[in-house]
Amino acid sequence: MIEVERLTKRYGPAVAVGDVSFACRPGTVTGFLGPNGAGKSTTMRMICGLTPASSGTATVLGVPFRSLPNPGRHVGVLLDASAQHAGRTGRETLALTARLLGVPSSRADELLETVGLAGKPAGRRVGDYSLGMRQRLGIAQALVGDPSVLILDEPANGLDPEGIYWMRTLLRGFADRGGTVLLSSHLLHEVEAVADTLVVIAGGRVVASGTKSELLAPTGRTLVRALDPAALYTALVSAGLTVIRREPPTSDGTGEGFVVEAPAEAVGRAAAASGAVLVELRQASGGGLEELFLTLTGRQAAGAVPSVPSSAPQEVLR
Amino acid sequence: MTVLDLTQAPARPPLARLALVELRKMTDTRAGRWLLAIIALAAAAAVAVFIGVRPADEQSAGQLFGLSQIGVGLLLPVVGILAVTGEWSQRTALTTFALVPQRLRVLAAKVLAAVVLASGFVLLGLALAWLGRLVGGVLGLSSGAWGIPLHAIGSLLLVEIATALIGVAFGTLLMNTPVAIVLYFVLPTAWTTVGSMVKPLRNASAWLDTNRAFEPLNGETPATGTEWARAGTAVALWLVVPMLVGAYRLLHREVK
Repeated sequence: MIEVERLTKRYGPAVAVGDVSFACRPGTVTGFLGPNGAGKSTTMRMICGLTPASSGTATVLGVPFRSLPNPGRHVGVLLDASAQHAGRTGRETLALTARLLGVPSSRADELLETVGLAGKPAGRRVGDYSLGMRQRLGIAQALVGDPSVLILDEPANGLDPEGIYWMRTLLRGFADRGGTVLLSSHLLHEVEAVADTLVVIAGGRVVASGTKSELLAPTGRTLVRALDPAALYTALVSAGLTVIRREPPTSDGTGEGFVVEAPAEAVGRAAAASGAVLVELRQASGGGLEELFLTLTGRQAAGAVPSVPSSAPQEVLR
Repeated sequence: MTVLDLTQAPARPPLARLALVELRKMTDTRAGRWLLAIIALAAAAAVAVFIGVRPADEQSAGQLFGLSQIGVGLLLPVVGILAVTGEWSQRTALTTFALVPQRLRVLAAKVLAAVVLASGFVLLGLALAWLGRLVGGVLGLSSGAWGIPLHAIGSLLLVEIATALIGVAFGTLLMNTPVAIVLYFVLPTAWTTVGSMVKPLRNASAWLDTNRAFEPLNGETPATGTEWARAGTAVALWLVVPMLVGAYRLLHREVK
């Protein structure tokens, strides 16, 4: 359980985090999304009592983090995988944490096994670790105290696809056993596979939040492409269907596509009636969140926005 | 929602455990181990060289003990500095203060660990002194007294502890390894130099310069009341003030 209430951090006149509120419930994974510099890390540091908040409150398990007598026994924190002493071995790093938290040192070896660093890597100095190995060590360190809450800042950074899959499985299992997970990322696809709830932050403010099914709900729109886009367009319009957006041609040479405000069957019938040969017919991808997120991260290719309805990003604003 | 029952929650780690963890952190990195090994070697080398080059009747265990601590006094503060600044340069502060949010408890643990380490080197010095006297005697090179006056052990122990803690204080105040190490070595020397050149400062420097103020405590003759007062004043300036200002900074700074 994490509750963040109107958390704000100002640096002089600059507002790094403004009025951020959200809650993470037991049994769920909350994805904390936003472009780099959006205020994710600052928010997480404020939750952990490392950065003093200018105003607002944050509680973990119902109490301020700093009031937890032995925080590591309740909350596993990984704020930066690179923030480890380079001259210490992986095993020693975990053994130190176990000693500090008052859990058996056997926990260190157990976790080295869990995160796949057992054997040779355990005895190597962290300075010789790859970023992916440091993430694994950091996750192990967060788990030493057998916490019920996990706070992880960009834990997928530096992990290979297999590592990302492993981490998802681990976090899913943790939440399914009743744990609370808050993890941040600047990549939507990284968290959408594992998160139940999403909080999107940009410029220090929450711009969207809700369950994944709410935010990524199918829109009832259909994406369609045909060999002859012009003929398809005429067919759609004459069938009385509303084309709400044009999609740019794909890289493999398929022509312009259309997003239609109608189910796939209606679109398919209209095309069939006109004799247009379809090469793609599917549900248009999830809601405005992806668009919003792409806009925020500035990844939308220039010119690829022919006619985004001006209402689209606001759909998810609350 | 269920709020955590703090009375049932696992207790906060006792200070002794934190101190043991900090002590372990000073010794479990490669750099830390090398530094400690070099200090121990310097102590042994000083004793060995003295036995080799000085007349036999000068070679008392007390004399050898004092010698063993020269290198210790020089390098132990670096261990103290690194114990604090390492948290910032290696950025382990993120973990340290997330696990122990009461930052002053961490600082207290580091102070205790430095005291233990300083005491350990004094013990090592005693062992080296008697071992040196024994070997010197067997080789026919040493003929001085075996006894080491208790007050000499006590005052040197205090000097070593103060020296180590000055390192911790500098590290806490400056939070930056190179700056803390350079200033630690440059400031007192600059002070000594200025103090010896500028007449009005000469009297003050006897009170405020650790090099001069600690000097009488290293000898085999007991220090006088004035000499203790001078050492205390120097400790206040170089240890207490930076430690307090550093603690204030530590409490208020953002950990990232």
